[in-house]
Amino acid sequence: MEIADVKAKPALKTKKESSIKRGKILERLLVYGLLIGLSIVFIFPFLWLIGTSLKPENEALTFPPTLIPNVWDFANYKDVFTIVNFGQYYMNSIIVTVGTVLGTVLSSTLVAYGFARIKGKGRDAWFVLLLATMMLPPQVTMIPVYMIFAKLGWTNTFLPLVVPAFFGNAYFIFLLRQFFRTIPKELEESAYLDGCSTLGIFWRIVLPLSAPAIITVALLSFMWTWNDFLGPLIYLNDDAKYTLALGILQFKGALLIEWGPMMAASVLIILPLIIMFFVGQRYFIEGIATTGGKG
Amino acid sequence: MFKSKTFSFYMFILPWLIGFFIFTAGPMIYSLYMSFTDYSGLGAANWVGIENYQKIFTEDPLFWQSLWNTFFYTIFGVPLGLVVGYLLAVLLNAKVKFMGAFRTIFYLPSLVPTVASSLLWILIFQPDFGIANSILSFFHLPTSNWLLSEEMVKPSLIIMSLWGAGGGMVIYLAGLQSVPATLYEAAELDGAGKLRKFWHVTVPMTSNVIFFNLIMGLIGAFQIFTQAYVVSNGNGGPNYKSLFYVFYLYQDAFKFFKMGYASALAWILFIIILIFTLIQFKVFGKKVYYEYDE
Repeated sequence: MEIADVKAKPALKTKKESSIKRGKILERLLVYGLLIGLSIVFIFPFLWLIGTSLKPENEALTFPPTLIPNVWDFANYKDVFTIVNFGQYYMNSIIVTVGTVLGTVLSSTLVAYGFARIKGKGRDAWFVLLLATMMLPPQVTMIPVYMIFAKLGWTNTFLPLVVPAFFGNAYFIFLLRQFFRTIPKELEESAYLDGCSTLGIFWRIVLPLSAPAIITVALLSFMWTWNDFLGPLIYLNDDAKYTLALGILQFKGALLIEWGPMMAASVLIILPLIIMFFVGQRYFIEGIATTGGKG
Repeated sequence: MFKSKTFSFYMFILPWLIGFFIFTAGPMIYSLYMSFTDYSGLGAANWVGIENYQKIFTEDPLFWQSLWNTFFYTIFGVPLGLVVGYLLAVLLNAKVKFMGAFRTIFYLPSLVPTVASSLLWILIFQPDFGIANSILSFFHLPTSNWLLSEEMVKPSLIIMSLWGAGGGMVIYLAGLQSVPATLYEAAELDGAGKLRKFWHVTVPMTSNVIFFNLIMGLIGAFQIFTQAYVVSNGNGGPNYKSLFYVFYLYQDAFKFFKMGYASALAWILFIIILIFTLIQFKVFGKKVYYEYDE
């Protein structure tokens, strides 16, 4: 055995190399196999959603089900707008979302800059308090806040959903503060020496440099507001005021569910988020990664 | 100078400061007070002492049921979600081609609004013509009533939540990519194999993001509401098996207008979350690796 080994030394070397190579290839195959398998599992519900939205009613309920519709039928997408007040829901969601995003960006950037750069007395204590509020389950404050808005006569309006955004969001304040601290201080200092006020520095120097972080905040806040269910459920009780998340449930009666139109409506709700994701992918992923990674 | 700095600091944080008192601190104190009253949303709030808390712990089977439901969902759902998210991230971190495409595929489901994804899964889990049972019966496996079954409704909701595990994946991926390559090289020189490198380098070096996802996952799981509301038509069925804690709290407050009682429930939830978070910091906090920051 040993003699054979010595004789075969050059061959052995290449054999060993090739076995390492084979191991590498095997590992690659395993990784790609898993990735492709999991991709199919993750993508399948989407295909199912789109497929059902294009099926005529009788095909949606057949057994065994068909993945790709036998007949492509866009009628569901038309029905979405006639069965329920879908156009109105869409408009309502847009109003609430745009208002919330605007309020969030305006207030959170301002507050975040205070925490990032202005060494006022008591800053650290307030910052700890801000972080603590992120852990607070919103259910603790939900009932009294509801009572405040009820007292103001704001129930069944969009105000309870939009107005709180103008007082800043702890999560975004934290994200923006982390970003502001990476801006070189020298820029602000030289502007200060030139006689620029703190507000001027914030407005003319810091904000323009922070576009990526602001876009991230706007995108995330858009997504959360668009998806919010509990808020509209508590505050809106008139069909004409419903946002999409509430409105889509109108397709679901206690006994009868109109699957085709409901799935078509779901596609229409998801669509803006998907488009937004592809347009702003970089900001999305970075935003989630920075807040998560540097906590 | 000092004074004016302090002044401008408070001017900048003023929006949050006002919001903090109106929407957080004030309501917290008020809700604590309400939890000791019989407030019904209308009329006067009468002081009842600890009666609400007493009732909750001794006379309310739905409190225990909803607490158990929530624990079940959390204990199985959160670790599973962490593992799936981490697995996806590790696979993607293996320098694969089309990484962007795979990442998008895994991430997109977490973008889907909960209401829309819940409706979609109702369709998938439909007992008569749903695709889940079709696939199972194709392979001659036992089928299930899924969301309509007392035993399966919570596991079904956990399966639904795993579809969104790609949200955590993005955070893990950032953590994985920040592990210095030199550490792997050093481990290789010491003769460490793949698995050892994974357990002794990758996992400890990403412990901060795992910890972050664990805390966030737990807080989120404790507050599960929308999915359960949609799949059970707002009643927590079948037989209260999908009535989660926040769902029950919502019903008490806004359906039965037991605002005082619901406030007591909210405070119990707050204490539970607080205890769990503190335990996690105690158990895992010291073992977590943090990058040197500033």
